[in-house]
Amino acid sequence: MSIDTTTPPAPPAPATVGRRARPEPAAIPTSRILAVELRKMFDTRSGFWLMASIGILSVVATGATIIFAAREDLTFESFATAIGIPMNVVLPMLAVLAVTSEWSQRSGLTTFTFVPDRRRVITAKAVVTLAIGIAGMVLALGVGAVGNLVGTAIAGVDPVWNINPQEFAQIVLANEITMLIGFTLGVLLRSSAGGIVGYFVFSFVLPGVSGALASTQQWWADNAAWFDLNTATFPLFDSEMTGEAWAQLGVTSLVWLAIPLTVGLAMLMRSEVK
Amino acid sequence: MITIDALTKRYGGYTAVDHVTFTARSGRVTGFLGPNGAGKSTTMRAMVGLTDPTSGTATVLGRRFADLPNPGREVGVLLDASAQHAGRTGREILTLATRIVGVPRTRVDELLDMVSLTDEEAGRRVRNYSLGMRQRLGIATALVGAPEVLILDEPANGLDPAGIRWMRDLLRRFADDGGTVLLSSHLLHEIEVIADDLVVIGNGTIVAQGTKDELLATAGTLVRAEDPAALRAALSAAGLTIHASGSDAVRAEADLATVGRVAFGAGVAVTELRAADGAGLEEIFLELTAQTQREGVAA
Repeated sequence: MSIDTTTPPAPPAPATVGRRARPEPAAIPTSRILAVELRKMFDTRSGFWLMASIGILSVVATGATIIFAAREDLTFESFATAIGIPMNVVLPMLAVLAVTSEWSQRSGLTTFTFVPDRRRVITAKAVVTLAIGIAGMVLALGVGAVGNLVGTAIAGVDPVWNINPQEFAQIVLANEITMLIGFTLGVLLRSSAGGIVGYFVFSFVLPGVSGALASTQQWWADNAAWFDLNTATFPLFDSEMTGEAWAQLGVTSLVWLAIPLTVGLAMLMRSEVK
Repeated sequence: MITIDALTKRYGGYTAVDHVTFTARSGRVTGFLGPNGAGKSTTMRAMVGLTDPTSGTATVLGRRFADLPNPGREVGVLLDASAQHAGRTGREILTLATRIVGVPRTRVDELLDMVSLTDEEAGRRVRNYSLGMRQRLGIATALVGAPEVLILDEPANGLDPAGIRWMRDLLRRFADDGGTVLLSSHLLHEIEVIADDLVVIGNGTIVAQGTKDELLATAGTLVRAEDPAALRAALSAAGLTIHASGSDAVRAEADLATVGRVAFGAGVAVTELRAADGAGLEEIFLELTAQTQREGVAA
């Protein structure tokens, strides 16, 4: 560029007005960042209704199960399955928006000037998101449990509790994985629309592609769980997770979550917030 | 105090900010002036760690912004009043700010009062705010932690004349109290009335900086004499650069005292001696930035 000749020499420093002596402020504790990020999940209309929809949709799904399921199908598992469908959509949306709203709504300009260390903010968002996932699933399955009692009482059959604590934990884990997918997409794309579309592609388009492939390719049918996170997650909803199934879940999670998340975080740390 | 040293930001082959160096001192309002796209916002984002500079440094109160333990307590930042979640209320945005900075919640009402947002307005969602209201909210957010430095990008945009007056008084008090204010603008009049120091940027480079008085003085002196030829000869002999101004007046690139002394020394009877016509900052500003634009094309 040009060598600028019009610049006068910097003026001599005028006497500075006495700066108020101040003690150095304490660092922002992590608990405060967590509390603020949690609050930010609820304090907009869209955030509020997404949260509320966890409860609302569990009640709707439970009601639908009571109304439409055959008497002999009224088990806790069928309630949990019915509730799982909307949760599989709502929870990842929450995860996507937790990250992307800072960019799509541009509130990141404020967020990252109050807390310049973006790792702390993103980590807090991840912790809050996963905590909401656990709380949401416990609430949703709690609604399902009540539905099971009410539904079987109406139908006049004994309630069937065919989900043991381990299966319960596996269902929660499966939902946490879908939330992590949403979170990863949010970190990678930093755009609400992109993240949501990305999640639907992952969740609804890829399984179809994988299924089509499996129906024509025996090799893929046998080994898809080593490559496809959807396929690897599926056994979590069954009672038995074999050692191989855990290994497949670990491998696919690494490929689908750990690597993209690491890349996305590296990009996010250096990206410009505009 | 803000210190910018050889700050450079390149995007591929395009240099948005090129070796920008300046200091904003405490107790003073520093105006950061430049046309749109000159690099003001990029420089300010780099100051607060939102943009990674390609090279060079920016420190606030002697540290990199990212190294401040709780930046909101020391530096108030307003980069874009529209950059807020549209679905939050003004009150909620301030509440979040008080939480993260760690000041009592009673501060929210103090701040709303300070920036003249009513209770009803504070309860509205930001999507329904006018730009002026957003600016007020943004200034309130910057002031949450009672900082000693303010970094404001175009804070007067969208404010009505009374709002501009209010902000001017607020920033003046802030600086008089020992604080550092850096505010950018492409609107010269605003800056002219409030700034003590000026930094003018054009095409990513600093084209002028100094105190406002110094920069205004560089616009020169208009002088008229009974004998224009003798006056021109005397000024030229004194080594001053002169320009004809009308039929019988001369604009000299020097301050009033110098021109007066030269005329007096040469025995030329002066009929008029004053700061040059249109010597406002605008003329300098347009001149300086036009010059860098030409240089940019030539380069």
